[in-house]
Amino acid sequence: MADAKRGRLWGSEAASGLGLVSPTALYAILLLAAPLAFILIASFLTDGYLTIIPKFQLCNYFGECSSYKEVDGVLTATQKYRGAWTDPVLFSVMVRSLIVSILVTVTTVALAYPMAYFISFNVAPARKSIWLFLITIPFWTSYVIRVFMWNAILGFSGVLNSIMLGIGLISEPLNMTYTMQAMVVTLAHSFAPFAILPIYVALEKIDRSLLEAGQDLGETRFATFLRVTLPLSMSGVVAAVLIVFIPTIGDYVTPKLVGGAKFPMIANAIEVLMLKGDNKPLGSAIAVSAMLIVGLISVLFLFVNRRYLRGPK
Amino acid sequence: MKLSGLRVYAFAFLIFLYAPILLLPLFAFNDSTVVAFPLKGFTTQWFQNVWNDSDLWQAVRNSLLVAVSASVIATVFGIFAARASTRYAFPGKGPVMGLIMLPMVLPDMIMAMALLVVLLAMNVQLSLLTVIMGHVLICTPFAVAILSSAFQSLDKSLEEAAYDLGEGPISTFYLVILPLVTPGIISALLISFTISLDEFVVSNFLGSKDKLLSVYIFGQLRFPKSVPTIMALGAVLVALSVALLALAEFFRRRGIAKTGLKDTGGFL
Repeated sequence: MADAKRGRLWGSEAASGLGLVSPTALYAILLLAAPLAFILIASFLTDGYLTIIPKFQLCNYFGECSSYKEVDGVLTATQKYRGAWTDPVLFSVMVRSLIVSILVTVTTVALAYPMAYFISFNVAPARKSIWLFLITIPFWTSYVIRVFMWNAILGFSGVLNSIMLGIGLISEPLNMTYTMQAMVVTLAHSFAPFAILPIYVALEKIDRSLLEAGQDLGETRFATFLRVTLPLSMSGVVAAVLIVFIPTIGDYVTPKLVGGAKFPMIANAIEVLMLKGDNKPLGSAIAVSAMLIVGLISVLFLFVNRRYLRGPK
Repeated sequence: MKLSGLRVYAFAFLIFLYAPILLLPLFAFNDSTVVAFPLKGFTTQWFQNVWNDSDLWQAVRNSLLVAVSASVIATVFGIFAARASTRYAFPGKGPVMGLIMLPMVLPDMIMAMALLVVLLAMNVQLSLLTVIMGHVLICTPFAVAILSSAFQSLDKSLEEAAYDLGEGPISTFYLVILPLVTPGIISALLISFTISLDEFVVSNFLGSKDKLLSVYIFGQLRFPKSVPTIMALGAVLVALSVALLALAEFFRRRGIAKTGLKDTGGFL
């Protein structure tokens, strides 16, 4: 009797929940899941002139493919191209994107941790929200302009060179723009708050009496940090790593504006292949490969850190 | 003061964070077409250029239209999803909410291209409408995140009290729940609006000749001659978005005060 009642209650609750979420869910399925599935399928099909020919093949990933065009009603191969993982240029774009994302992630999280620690442990509770507010303000203003400004900072007669010349640190201005390093600095700047906030949240959850216990038992401050604070905040670090790493690999604006188009990344390659090159299957294959790389690395990273992510017993 | 090294680091980090936007007003008033040091002299010419640029104003109108539409739609979608996920248990909740929140981490470019390929295959003409469709996808997860915390902080007994006093589910929602989450709704609207205004990749690839402001800015940055005008525009945008954010923060705090909870900090 009681079980039946609970079943019915749960049933009606499930129905209300599904009903409520359905408008949003339908929108996401139609405009997000379906297009992503379409890309996945297209990456296994054949490239035609302004169309996609529904003929299965794997060569968009590995090997050599042909594009086709209809001439007098007959499909004729027009152009050969190599798959995403076989073509040396496309492969190097993927490797570069991966290297840049890893560098950006390490830099951003390493810079963010002390800041999050400072706000959580050294700022009076009443002023914490002001500090968080201060950190987020710069990131709600034009992304494109913010990225572009790094050219003005790192440029030949830019801010950094002027300051270093002024205080006599260097005698000749340094060439810093249009380099991978400039891209890493710019991206590390763009993602800073996304790294600080999750780490801060994890640090806030730490029971302060654990730290006192560590020190009462004779640990030094630093040892307490290494053995108590850091492991307990790893869930925040893991979140920060993923939240920086995943979007960075697909960044489009920074390689264009700060990299001077000399170091194209995956997003730039997708643009060229899909639009200018009119090769949607190959472009899709690159996009799917990017998602696959990101997904695999994220899962691997979560697996490596699984012992930090278990909830309290 | 203890651990002053960390304090120095924190202030250095703030300088790093603020460097790009603090330089904007510097170059916006600088009497030179080159964005470099040393500064030349004071001018308001670049602001006049901004004022007189009719293409720019058209882009602003387009951006406002898109941002208002996208933020309203995203917030409505956000209300549905946040209420469903905080109040009810339903089958497939994890995957469904995961899909809705996916655009928060999925690279914009992949989302934009996937949508573009499908739209082109369906022979849909690119317009401001297609841009709005993309922006709604991007803004919805942020609206859901903000509204979830608003719905979560609701005391369930208030709702039960309304039922006990004879109200139905719909009137309870209007009379009790909605007023309590209104601050959350307003801040979801403002955040979505700001995100939409700032969005570039989707606006660029799903847009037509009707350019949005971010696309217009990106285009202008290719011409060294128009860079100082963009600096002036940037300075104006910084001032505006700080004002908007202060407003959003005000409503968020008022919401927290209303539900009698402790302030736990930022937007995200």
